[in-house]
Amino acid sequence: MGIAPFRGQPVTGRRRLFTALAAGLVAAPMVAACGTEQGNIITLYYADQEYVPGIVATCNEQAGDEYEIVHRVLPRDADGQREQMVRRLAAEDSDLDLLGLDVTWVPEFAEAGWLAEFTGSNKEAASEDVLEIPLETATWNDKLYAATMNTNVQLLWYDKTLTPTPPETWEEMLEMSQELKDEGKPYEILFTGAQYEGLVVAFNTLVNSAGGHILSEDGTKVEMDSGAMAALRMLQKVATSGLVSPSLSASQEQQIHEAFAAPDTKAAFQINWPYVWAVTPTLNEEKAENLAWAPLPGLDGHPGAATVGGFDIGVSAYSQKKDLAFKAALCLRSAEQQKYAAICAGVPPTLESLYSDETPIAPCKPEVSQDRLSMADAYPMKETILDELETASVRPLTPVYQNLSTITSKLLSPPSDINVNQTAGELREQLNEALQSQGVLP
Amino acid sequence: MTVTAEPQKAAPETKAKIGLSEGKRAERRLAWWLCAPAVIVMLAVTAWPIIYSIWLSLQRYDLRFPNDTEFVGLDNYIAVLSNGYWWTAFGVTMLITIVSVVIELVLGMTLALIMHRALVGRGLVRTVSLIPYGIVTVVAAFSWFYAWDQSSGYLTGMESAPLTSQWSSLFIIILAEVWKTTPFMALLLMAGLALVPEDLLKAASMDGASAWQRFTKVMVPVMKPAILVALLFRTLDAFRIFDNIFVLTKGQNDTSSVSMQAYNNLLKGLNLGIGSTMSVLIFIAVAIIAFLFIKVFGTAAPGSDTEGRR
Repeated sequence: MGIAPFRGQPVTGRRRLFTALAAGLVAAPMVAACGTEQGNIITLYYADQEYVPGIVATCNEQAGDEYEIVHRVLPRDADGQREQMVRRLAAEDSDLDLLGLDVTWVPEFAEAGWLAEFTGSNKEAASEDVLEIPLETATWNDKLYAATMNTNVQLLWYDKTLTPTPPETWEEMLEMSQELKDEGKPYEILFTGAQYEGLVVAFNTLVNSAGGHILSEDGTKVEMDSGAMAALRMLQKVATSGLVSPSLSASQEQQIHEAFAAPDTKAAFQINWPYVWAVTPTLNEEKAENLAWAPLPGLDGHPGAATVGGFDIGVSAYSQKKDLAFKAALCLRSAEQQKYAAICAGVPPTLESLYSDETPIAPCKPEVSQDRLSMADAYPMKETILDELETASVRPLTPVYQNLSTITSKLLSPPSDINVNQTAGELREQLNEALQSQGVLP
Repeated sequence: MTVTAEPQKAAPETKAKIGLSEGKRAERRLAWWLCAPAVIVMLAVTAWPIIYSIWLSLQRYDLRFPNDTEFVGLDNYIAVLSNGYWWTAFGVTMLITIVSVVIELVLGMTLALIMHRALVGRGLVRTVSLIPYGIVTVVAAFSWFYAWDQSSGYLTGMESAPLTSQWSSLFIIILAEVWKTTPFMALLLMAGLALVPEDLLKAASMDGASAWQRFTKVMVPVMKPAILVALLFRTLDAFRIFDNIFVLTKGQNDTSSVSMQAYNNLLKGLNLGIGSTMSVLIFIAVAIIAFLFIKVFGTAAPGSDTEGRR
C-alpha cells in the first residue's frame, strides 16, 4: 500500500499528508469490516486432543451459517494450557469464546470472574443425564460454570500372563511384584511419580483409597487425617521398595504407557487412564493381547477409590458472542459427540446413558478401517469405569488449587525421599498458607 | 563518562549559571526537544514498568481474588525473604552463576588466546567457535534435554535419569550454560587481547619472563578492563538464568532459579504481589552485582582509560 499520486499530478508535501490521511480513513472501516465479517466465528481454546477436530467439524456442519467454531490449539501439558488462557483472561481478552478446562480449574476461573454461568435452558441441557461426580467438577458455589466434556478415572492395567488374578490391595500388589522379581519376570509397578499434577493425582488416589482427606469437606481447612498419613506411608514404601522403575521421579503418563509396552519391558503393572487400551496395540500387539484391567487397588482395608479427571468446557465472561458460544459449547459436548470421542479417542463420556448405549457409530477412520464400533467394542472396561466413577473423588475444589497442587507435588517429590512425619507437617503448614493465598510457590 | 571529557562540558555549564544568550537557550531547548522522544520512550518502557512492579509488590494482589486487593506495605517482602523456597532458589542461582562464570572465564580465555594466536584459518576458527552462541538457547536446551533424557538420551543409559536429581541436573544446567556462552566470553576477551601491545610482550620476553609470567604480569593487567566487563556481563546474565532451567528441569528437584520462581508466582500462581516482590528483589540483586563490579573492581568500558574508574 503506497501513497501514490492519484491524478498523475506532482505531489506536494501537503497533498502527500492529505493522501496519507485519506488512505488511513478509507482503510480503517475496511479493517473494521474484516472484524464484523467474522462475527459468527467462535474460538475454542482447547488442548491438542485427538477428538477435537472431529467434533468441531460435526458441530460446524450442524450449525450451518449460524456459527463456525475455530480450534485454537493449546499446548499439550496442562500447565501450559492453563497459563495461556489465564494470561489472556487476566487481560480481559475478548478473543476467547470457549475454554477447554481441566476439571481442577473451574473454581479458580469462576472465582476470578472469567466464566459465564450456565443458566436456564443452557443449565438444564448441560446437566441432564450427567453423572454426579463429573457434574460436581463443573460446579462452583452451587452455580454451574461449565459443561462436562468428558470424564476420566485411572485403572490398574496388568499383564494377564504374568498375574492371572489382579491384586486387590496395594500390599498384595507389592507382594506379587516381589514374587515376579524373584522369578526373574517383569515386575515393575508404574505410576505417575514426576513432580507434576500426575503425582498429585497418584497421591490423591491413595488418600481416597485409604478413606482419608487432605482438605476439609468445604475446602477451606487442611485436614491430613489418618487416611492421608497411611497414603503417605504407602507412597514412600512403594517408592523405596525397589519394585518401581528407576525413573519413577520422571514418569508421566506417556513414559508409563510406553515403558509398559516396550518390547523388553520390566513392567507388570501400570496405573493409568483408559486411553492405554487404545494406545497399547499401536505400540506392541503382543503386549496388547495380554493387557487386562482391574479396579484400582485398595489400601488399609478400604476399597480403591479413583481421582476424577477429564475436561469441562466453559464460556469466557469476556466473550462478545455468549449466546452463540453457549450453543456451540452444548453442541461440542452433546451425547453424539461424547460418544464419538469415547469410541474414537478413548475418553470416557460424562453421560450415564452412553454407558449402556449399544448402537454403533460411523467408522472412526474410514481410510483405515470400515469397522462400525459401539461403546461395548471400544470400551470393554466401561463397567469398571462406571463403578469407579461412583466412588471417585474430586480433587479439592478451591480457587487456589494450582497452588495446592504445586506445593503437594513439590513436597512429595521425589517420592523415595518422603519422610512421613516431616512431609506431613510441611504439607499441613504450606497447604494452609496456600489456602489463605499467602506464601510463596516453589 | 570519562574524566577527560568533563573539562569541555564544564565551560558552558558555568556560563549557564550567569545567563545564556538567546541563541544558546534556543539551542538548549532544541536539544531537549530532540531528546524528548527517546526520554519518553525510555520512561514508558523502562521506568514505568519498574515503578509499577514496586507498587504491585506493596500490595496483596492475587488475580484469583480480585476483590481482596489491598495495600500491605512490606508484608510481601517479609513473606518472600522468610521463605525457604526463595533462599533455596537464591542459593541455586548463585551457585550456577559463580560456577558457570568461572568455568566460562577459564575456557573463554583459552579460546581467546587460541583464536588470537591462530595462524591459519583465523576467520573460520572464530566463526566455528561462535556457533553455540548463535543457536537459540531454548533450541540448544532441548537438544541437551533429549541427550540426557532417560528414554531418548544418548549420553545416558536406560537405568539412570540424571535430570531427576538435584546435583546431576545442576551439573547439566551449568554444562549447557557454559557450552552456550563461552564463545561470548571468548569474543569479549579477544577484544581485550587486541589491546595488549606486541612490543610489551617482546620486551618482557627479552627481560627473561616466562610465558606464564608474560600472561599474568603483562597480559592480564592490560586486559583487566576487558576481563571485568566480560565478567560483569556474564554474571548479570547468568544470575537471570531462566530458559535452560525451564526446558531442562522446569525447576523440579530444587533446581529452580530466582527468575523461574518469579515466573511461577506471577504466571502460574497469578499472585502479582508476591511475584512482583520477587522481580524487585532480583532487580536489586542485579543492581548490587553491577555496583560491586563498578565500584569495587573498577569495571569500565574496554579501551577507555583507567581513570574511567571513579
